[in-house]
Order: sequence, then structure tokens, then C-alpha cells
Amino acid sequence: MEKNININLKVWRQKGPKAKGAFETYKLDGISVDSSFLEMLDILNENLINEGKEPVVFDHDCREGICGMCSLYVNGHPHGPDEDITTCQLHMRKFKDGETITVEPWRSAGFPVIRDLMVDRTAFDKIIQAGGYVSVNTGGIPDANAIPISKIDADEAMDSASCIGCGACVAACKNGSAMLFVSAKVSQLALLPQGRIEAARRAKAMVAKMDELGFGNCTNTAACEQECPKNISISNIARLNREFLKAKLAD
Amino acid sequence: MYWLFKSSIGRKLVMSISGLFLILFLTFHVCMNLVAIFSPEAYNMICEFLGANWYALAGTMVLAAGVFVHIVYAFILYFQNRSARGNDAYAVNAKPKNVEWASQNMLALGIAVVAFLALHMYNFWAKMQLVEILHKVGMDVDIANAQNGVFHIQNTFSCPIVVILYLVGLGALWFHLTHGFWSAFQTMGINGKVWFNRWKWIGNIYVTAVILGYVAVVLVFFIKNICSYGAACGI
Repeated sequence: MEKNININLKVWRQKGPKAKGAFETYKLDGISVDSSFLEMLDILNENLINEGKEPVVFDHDCREGICGMCSLYVNGHPHGPDEDITTCQLHMRKFKDGETITVEPWRSAGFPVIRDLMVDRTAFDKIIQAGGYVSVNTGGIPDANAIPISKIDADEAMDSASCIGCGACVAACKNGSAMLFVSAKVSQLALLPQGRIEAARRAKAMVAKMDELGFGNCTNTAACEQECPKNISISNIARLNREFLKAKLAD
Repeated sequence: MYWLFKSSIGRKLVMSISGLFLILFLTFHVCMNLVAIFSPEAYNMICEFLGANWYALAGTMVLAAGVFVHIVYAFILYFQNRSARGNDAYAVNAKPKNVEWASQNMLALGIAVVAFLALHMYNFWAKMQLVEILHKVGMDVDIANAQNGVFHIQNTFSCPIVVILYLVGLGALWFHLTHGFWSAFQTMGINGKVWFNRWKWIGNIYVTAVILGYVAVVLVFFIKNICSYGAACGI
């Protein structure tokens, strides 16, 4: 059965990185609870365009929770009140009729606002680049069973690799720390024999880049793990600390 | 060793090691305190032994350095983290579930612990080791009670207000340490999926035992005093 709700939207509007932002409130009537959060924003933007106003700028791409582009801070939670999903997978059935929904951008010095709800996350790309590649010459293609990897390690590396780099961890962190992201990216390679060869250099380079870009220091509150749409565990952070300290002590 | 100051993980390592050092100190401290419950004479012997000889003074200096490093790094990390957070605060802040309250308030708890420490130093250190040091450097001070620890315990914990302040201070310390303990091992990288809950349990049990030890000394002496003399708040 079709059910519609009326909502109030409190949306952060900001002209540019240096401009001063402020909230603006919009009323939206007759939103289907079956529509997704981003479809609801599409409706809002269509209304705004029809009224001759500037539409709200927000990031989105695949709209199926894989690309990591969507990034809204909805009612005090990165990716909204639902668990283990990205904003694009959030549905309006999670909200009540007459509710005021507050939509903010990721707020962190490492992610400056480009406009409205869109933030610049190239800092994450820079950290990935600093990590470099698995640049070992392997010669011809080895047999799949030439390098045995235990199921446990393979699974854990895969879990770490499920990080989509959306930045919800930084957005959730009271310290603006990027440790969950960096630790996932270090772990996905550190857990596998192919990645071990350059593990020490990678951990040092990625942590150095993370610090250089102005991300904060982790204080183990675990808010990142709770808000992560991909359930990345903070045991990755312990692994990153271990990899980094081992590398530094070996120098 | 430059990376201990320059990298985020290095700075956190300093926090974790200095913190664990302070927990170790608290463990020795509570062991000695518990002696006072069972044998006041034995406790005073410890006070005499740890008076103001060079070993005790060197130990005190190392301890003070540990406290100093932990506090200085706490503020460095706090201000760095605040600037990393950015200028605009969130309008709506929902605390994610399963996030410890203590973990988000470590600085406030730390400041409460420092205030408690100041009161504690005034109640005991200023009347014991400080008096001995002043005496040693030739100042005219009364050292009659400088090594009489039990006398100062009885004096301090005869006042209900001081007792309540101590219990509140110990409460703040409990919150600070329950987060700090497992957090230190996480920072040193000695943690993982399996050990995560183990460290939390070990930390909670250990810290609770230490804090209960302190609480026991405060309450035992308070109740003893109430029974024999009634409450009194002399300074």
C-alpha cells in the first residue's frame, strides 16, 4: 500500500569552501515512504528549479552502496539513522510524518565543503597514492595455489577491502581522524603475502600522508566502527598501529 | 626517535606508555594503602622507608615526569584534534550506540583527576614528603608527624566532605582508566578481534579492583573515625 509523508528538511547551504554557510528549511509534502533519501532530494531539487532557485548540491553516483560517493550527515549520523548502509540505500520509511530532518555535509578540516552538502575527499585519494602499488615483479602468472593463503586471512583481507572510502569514519570521529580508512587500506594488503613485501613502507607512507593532510589523532572512541556503512572493524586500527610501530622500530 | 613527536601514532604511543606507567604506579600505591587497614604500624614503617631519601625522591621525579608527559601530550592531542575537526560543528549530534561515554570525555575526566590529585597532594604529600624535604634543606619545619601516615589518613578521612570528594575523584579515575587501559593496548597494536574483548575485561576487572582498594581505605578509616570520635573537618 502506498503511504506518503510530509516532512521538513533543514539543509546546510554554503556557496563555496570559504563562504559562510547556514541552514535553510524546506517543506516537502507527499513523499512516498518507498522512495529513497536521494530520490527525495531529487524531488526537492526539482521543486527548487521550478521555483527558479538554486538546487541543493550533493554527491552521489552508483546509488547502490558500492561507490562511496554519497555522503550526507542525516539527523546526527553519517549515512543516516539506518545501520550498515550508505545514504543512497536509506529509505524514507525510516522517517516519521511531520518529522524535521537535518541534513549536513561531512564536517572535518580534512574534507572542506565544495558547495552545500558536497565535500572534497581528494585527501583520501592522496593517502591511497602515498601507499603506492604492489610493485613486485612476479614474472609469469603463477598458479592459483602456488601461494597458499588461509581462509581466515583471506576473509579478513576481504572484509578490510570492503571499505568504499566514503569518509563516514572521519565524519563520525570527534577527532576528525582518518585511522579507520587508512587502517582498512593498509590491512587489506598487509594480511596477504603479496602485500607483505612492501608492508612497512606502505604503513609509514600512508600514515605520514594522513598526518600531513591534517587528519586528527585516534583516541579509540570507536564511533567510526559504529557508523561505518561497511562494518569495518577497529581491529584494523590495532593492526595499522602494529605495522607502523614495527616499521619504525625496524628503521 | 623524532617520529614519537611528529607522527600521530607516535604521539599516541607516548600517551599509552605514560598512561600504563601511571596505572602501574597506582597499583603499587594501592597495595601500600591496603596495608594501613590491616596494620597501621606496618603502614608507618612504609612511610618511613619511602620518606625523603634519594631513592624515593628519584622515584617521585620519574613519576612526576610521567604525569607531566601524559598531561602535555593530552593537550597537544586535544588541540590538534579540535583543529582537525574543523570550524563548523554539527547541528545534530547523536552519540552512536556502543561508544563508551568515558572515551569521548577523556580530557574532562583527566582534568577532574588532576583536581583530585591536587587535593590529595595537599592532604598528604604537602604534610609528609614535602615537610621532610624542607627539613633536609635546612628550613625550620615541624617533622613530628611527617612520617606518621596513619595520623594523616585518620585526619583527612574524618571529614565527610573530603570523603565525598575522594569518592567522586576515584569515580572519575575509574572512568578514565577503564577506557585508558584497553585503549593503551590498542594503540600499541597489541590487540585484535579476539583480544579486543579480553583487554576490555582484563582492564575493567583490574581497574575496578584497584579503585575498590582505594575506596576501602577511605571508607574503613571514615567509619572507624565516626565510631570513635565523630565527624570532624579540621584543616
